[in-house]
Amino acid sequence: MPTSLFKSFAIPRFTLPAFVSAVGNRLPQWPHALVLTAGLNAALKMKLLPEDSLTLLEGRTFLVDVQDTGGRAAFTYRDGLFRPLFTLPPTPDLAFAANLSAFLQLALRQEDPDTLFFNRELSIEGDTELGLVVKNMLDAVEWPSLPSLPVFHRKAADY
Amino acid sequence: MLHNKLPELVCPAGSLPALRAAVDNGADTVYFGYKNDTNARNFAGLNFDHKAMVEGIHYAQTRGKQVLMAINTFPQPGREAEWQRAVDGAADLGVDAVILADIGLLDYACKRHPGLRLHLSVQGSATSYEAVNFAHREFGVKRAVLPRVLTLAQVELVIKNTPIEIEVFGFGSLCVMNEGRCWLSSYATGESPNTVGACSPAKFVKWEKSPGQMSTRLNGILIDRYGDGEAAGYPTLCKGRFEVNGETYYALEEPTSLNVLEILPEIARIGVSAIKVEGRQRSPTYVAQVTRTLRAALDELAKGATEFKVKPAWQAELGKVSEGVQATLGAYNRPWR
Ligand code: SF4
Repeated sequence: MPTSLFKSFAIPRFTLPAFVSAVGNRLPQWPHALVLTAGLNAALKMKLLPEDSLTLLEGRTFLVDVQDTGGRAAFTYRDGLFRPLFTLPPTPDLAFAANLSAFLQLALRQEDPDTLFFNRELSIEGDTELGLVVKNMLDAVEWPSLPSLPVFHRKAADY
Repeated sequence: MLHNKLPELVCPAGSLPALRAAVDNGADTVYFGYKNDTNARNFAGLNFDHKAMVEGIHYAQTRGKQVLMAINTFPQPGREAEWQRAVDGAADLGVDAVILADIGLLDYACKRHPGLRLHLSVQGSATSYEAVNFAHREFGVKRAVLPRVLTLAQVELVIKNTPIEIEVFGFGSLCVMNEGRCWLSSYATGESPNTVGACSPAKFVKWEKSPGQMSTRLNGILIDRYGDGEAAGYPTLCKGRFEVNGETYYALEEPTSLNVLEILPEIARIGVSAIKVEGRQRSPTYVAQVTRTLRAALDELAKGATEFKVKPAWQAELGKVSEGVQATLGAYNRPWR
């Protein structure tokens, strides 16, 4: 989603101190999932996500684990919508884990997922093919004005 | 013959944003393929449907760039028509050339679409000038992509003895076997690049994490095990560590990437027409990073081969996106062959 705003700053590689994750772990986890699914659903509404890939996500469970903040978001895709899961699935179909900086670099298309994976900064577990579907789906999105969506504004401002 | 033309920079596109990234960052040409097994990067969710192709071709061609379509797998028995339709589709779309590997398909394309420019894919596995000239004589092929198994001297020998353009790989993950002839993936999974369009298809791959390490399995076969912080690679058999005579090591090949920056002046001097970047399976970010870097290097080379020096910043950028811990010159400078 490189708009001129986002192009102008580079996310450095950083790891938040351990106490952040200790605090994060004690907070309820579902708000993360709400923000994430709201963003994904907004992208859905704008028809940014290809149908053929979406059908492959039906009924599958996903976990996004932000390691250095201790934040976890679990969600699924069902009947045309991304839905947060309020309890973390013990074995999600697909789990991504990385530090916040790596997720930000990915989101802003500043780093390539395979690069982060080779360098062990991004871990992917579960159904490898599903992982590829998700990765390729997000790569293929032409983010026209996503940062102008309120939810992304809020996220950007928070960081 | 004097060659002072700068090699064309040919970059990969697995999606529309990747295609735009290539064009915007200085590619002369982009290559892509259909969302099916007619192309050798047939991964879930990757590649172009018809609409994206139309848009991509328009984006590139209106900016003076060329688009190549890779139809570089081998037609499977009884389904030949699907590959032929792919060629027809490419001709209709108005791509600048198609990249083909199969001889039967080359024959079909040159008879059915005499105006369509044909390139011989790396999967066609032509390593000698006789093979290249055969494709030229029989099917009117205008360019051949050489497999990544030749030394620079061997590449030069081919160029000196053929009237057609020669394209070589300049950057990317290495497929170490004589392209188009590797059966390792088939051995483990029953599927290979030439049959289904993917080496080590994802559905057979499992990454298993346990404290302090990550294991990679391909169809149950343990390929490699990494300690935390150790660089990982693609889960292909050729890049695994195996126990041979009581020793566990990269028995076939280390997971390295090819990087020809250092020998760019040599490549231009011997008359290579085009340099190809591997990686249609990578993201738009990778395409932008690699294209930008090679463009800068080629532009520097255009100022004069004698002054050409590889900038550390280029190496750093390419090193970062590489598979494995090192980038090498691959076979280009190998003493043995
Ligand atoms: S196993 Fe290795 S050499 Fe064989 S096709 Fe796959 S990447 Fe190429």
